[in-house]
Amino acid sequence: MADTVTVTINERKITAPAGSTILDAAHDANIYIPNLCSHEELAPYGACRLCMVEIGSREKTKLVASCIYEVAEGLEVRTETPRVNNVRRFVIELLLARNPYAPVLRKIAGDLGVKDTRFKKRDKGCILCGQCVRTCREVVGVSAIGFKGRGVTRKVTTPFGESPVDCIACGSCSYVCPVNVIPLKEENGVREIWNTKFELQKCTKCGRYFAPVKQLDYFSKITKLPKERFEVCLDCR
Amino acid sequence: MKKKLKEIIKKYGSNRSFLVPILQDVQREYGYLPREALNILSQLIDVPISHIYTVATFYKAFSLSPRGRHQLSLCMGTACHVRKAPQIRDHLVRKLQIEPGETTPDLEYSFNTVNCLGVCALGPILVADGEYHGQLTITKADKILKELEKKERTTKKVAANEN
Repeated sequence: MADTVTVTINERKITAPAGSTILDAAHDANIYIPNLCSHEELAPYGACRLCMVEIGSREKTKLVASCIYEVAEGLEVRTETPRVNNVRRFVIELLLARNPYAPVLRKIAGDLGVKDTRFKKRDKGCILCGQCVRTCREVVGVSAIGFKGRGVTRKVTTPFGESPVDCIACGSCSYVCPVNVIPLKEENGVREIWNTKFELQKCTKCGRYFAPVKQLDYFSKITKLPKERFEVCLDCR
Repeated sequence: MKKKLKEIIKKYGSNRSFLVPILQDVQREYGYLPREALNILSQLIDVPISHIYTVATFYKAFSLSPRGRHQLSLCMGTACHVRKAPQIRDHLVRKLQIEPGETTPDLEYSFNTVNCLGVCALGPILVADGEYHGQLTITKADKILKELEKKERTTKKVAANEN
């Protein structure tokens, strides 16, 4: 198999590494495709369905999610057809019904010319893109949070809805969330996330609180370096 | 409990991709998925508890709370519906004093409704402990409940005699 393939995106010939997704190939060529659930550090997932594109030649085309569809030699892709935009408008309206206020959603809606959602608004905040769950599993490596249930009752939660036992309070889930619905509070040396309070470590040199104790313990465990090494903040190291 | 769980996972070679069948066996053993068992299981097969929780809540067949000794499922599919399944449901709700999907406080009965059991010709259908009762009426439903109670009493008596 060749290392690179040539695809046509919006009538433009583009060379992309074999095995990459349409979304990556397009973004590398400066063709913008709206997306919410894909992240360069995470495995392709295909949850938000905003990145739909039309592939195939004129008579026989179909819609695919570009973030999970791999490029192939000679593939024809169009990212801005009426059919594509129609689907995207529908999807963003569904997402707006779950969270009518998130700036990132409003921005995409505005770009697509959607002013309001036709669906009943049920402000749940979370749009179920799964970035927090996947970050916790793939990047942090602790899998402290996960989904619960399915269908309309699906939601992101800690096991049994209680204090997460595996959580190291790193805050990655809160950081990565595109709609900012995972609250993280820091006050008097205590970080609160997932309704649980975590103690912060004071830098042994400057005395500043800089990271959760549990996170530093985890660092020390995976790097097999002594704990003392992590008790000094980055500025003092 | 740990010993029992070890036995179960041994059957599947401690392979984490058999999580669903393992959970099914755990549920068969205890009648539901006890929290303690899931925690131990998480350590034994090295699967994060959050993942086990996700799987256990995804499938309707798994229950995280204790279920009754008797399982009652009433079909609410179209064919059963037009043959007065809703009336039977209301009757059972009144009689057992629980809503569909709940378990009686004495852990005798778990009652839930399902959407179609695929035996529309026999509707309305009540499944009591895996046994299908077709062409159900309210009187028939009462009879089935009585039978279950009777069975319970005889098994208790047998157990008492053995002791």
